[in-house]
Amino acid sequence: MKAGSLRVIEWLGFMALRACMCFVVLILVVVFYDIITKGIGIISWEFLTQPPLDGMTKGGIFPAIIGTLFVTIIAGLLAVPLGMGCAIHLNEYARDNGLTRFIRMAIRNLSGVPSIVYGLFGVALFVEAAHFGTSILAAGCTLGLMTLPVTITASEEALKTVPRAYREGALALGATKWQSIWGNVLPYAVPGMLTGAILGISRAAGETAPILFTGAAFFLPDIPNSLFSQFMALPYHLYIMSTQHHNIVLVRPIAYGTALVLIVLVFTLNLAAVMLRYHLRKKGIAHGQ
Amino acid sequence: MDNKIRMKARDVNFYYGTAQILNGINLDIFANNVTAIIGPSGCGKSTFIRLLNRMHELVPNARLEGSITLDGSDIMADAVDPVEIRRKVGMVFQKPNPFPKSIFENIAYGLEINGTRNKQFIEDKVVESLKKAALWHEVEKRLHDSALRLSGGQQQRLCIARCLAIEPEVILFDEPCASLDPISTHKVEELILELKKVYTIVIVTHNMQQAARVSDHTGFFYMGKLVEFGRTEDIFTRPREKRTEDYITGRFG
Repeated sequence: MKAGSLRVIEWLGFMALRACMCFVVLILVVVFYDIITKGIGIISWEFLTQPPLDGMTKGGIFPAIIGTLFVTIIAGLLAVPLGMGCAIHLNEYARDNGLTRFIRMAIRNLSGVPSIVYGLFGVALFVEAAHFGTSILAAGCTLGLMTLPVTITASEEALKTVPRAYREGALALGATKWQSIWGNVLPYAVPGMLTGAILGISRAAGETAPILFTGAAFFLPDIPNSLFSQFMALPYHLYIMSTQHHNIVLVRPIAYGTALVLIVLVFTLNLAAVMLRYHLRKKGIAHGQ
Repeated sequence: MDNKIRMKARDVNFYYGTAQILNGINLDIFANNVTAIIGPSGCGKSTFIRLLNRMHELVPNARLEGSITLDGSDIMADAVDPVEIRRKVGMVFQKPNPFPKSIFENIAYGLEINGTRNKQFIEDKVVESLKKAALWHEVEKRLHDSALRLSGGQQQRLCIARCLAIEPEVILFDEPCASLDPISTHKVEELILELKKVYTIVIVTHNMQQAARVSDHTGFFYMGKLVEFGRTEDIFTRPREKRTEDYITGRFG
């Protein structure tokens, strides 16, 4: 009798947990469904390869796709090496003292800074102080900066998963500290580091605020021809098409199409992260047993 | 009968932060002998052998007083590179820690980081080391398989082979059989007896019978102090100290 009621309680608890999970998945499905059904109609070769035409009521979003790709790449080039280097220093070299604890706390807090604040900071540092002007370079660097805390934290976590025994084993064979890190720590940490970095960058690719004042343009018919050009970007284009256009209702399909392309782009990046990790693991460098 | 002294610890005090772990240790390690370090958990025996190849430096806030010498020269001197010491004083850990590479690469690694580029030399050395570690016949057909597929005992012998490849003079064993079954333990013990012909060996062990079987000298550590040190046969048959007798007869620890 008692066992029976326990079983019922367990079943109820289990169903409650399952409902939580289903609810989360449901939200995701609804968002995807909404964007795909409303956006798929406009997707065509022309939409992907043409600039906006006729006061942005026709044509495509090609310059925005290219712009977003460029700033994302710049963000990655800045955030990945810097973030990995910083994480390696913090985790492998720096002593655990008040200063490094303060630095770690600062890094964690940085990831909580609102993206619009990064945008303002980008204006001050890259657009003005570094004389990049409002440009791809300034916007890319701003996004890179924003990604940095995520990259550092993810990289440090990846380094922490490498067993101490690997480091000690190498050192006991007469390896220098760097040899031990290079040969026996990094190979096992890099998949995790890269995955974290890519996830951070894919988040940055969809950001509007940091590029708002640092280089994104309302409308440019041509793709940018230098690092110092202004550019169109998918998230900013979406924002304009949804709120700033003179005929919002007319261009709604374009807005949905832009959203779909952006989501596919971000999704592809995330998928790349997963596949990269899988591939590197399969190459036999997965550790542990 | 006593061989020459290879390593000497003199008045060694060791601290982690403010906690004193070792207190006034004086101990000699004789060439081509097996020196066993025994004592209950937390007595400082593992800490002590990690001093002998300066592995203690990996832990922050470690502080050492006194001197440790290898063939008469101070290994703790500022001018001495710990990397050099570790090439002369190898170490085998409590838990087998092969790298997640192939069997071949595990052994080649130590040679490569020491600057050896000659492929033929590396290949010869891998075979020679595996033979010395009594592992060759079990792995000769699968040198390029992952070392993680070996059994625990095989992994530990691989770690020994890896250590032998860089031709150390002294080998430190930190409870090498703690995670092995009796058959694997027996193999490792036989190997240690074989290796002492060429190398000087220090072994930390929890296993009293093991210390009696393999060692020539035994030191009994208790609460950070070296209570008694002497020939193994004396320590096990005629201990001078009451605490040593209590420990080896199983009355505590």
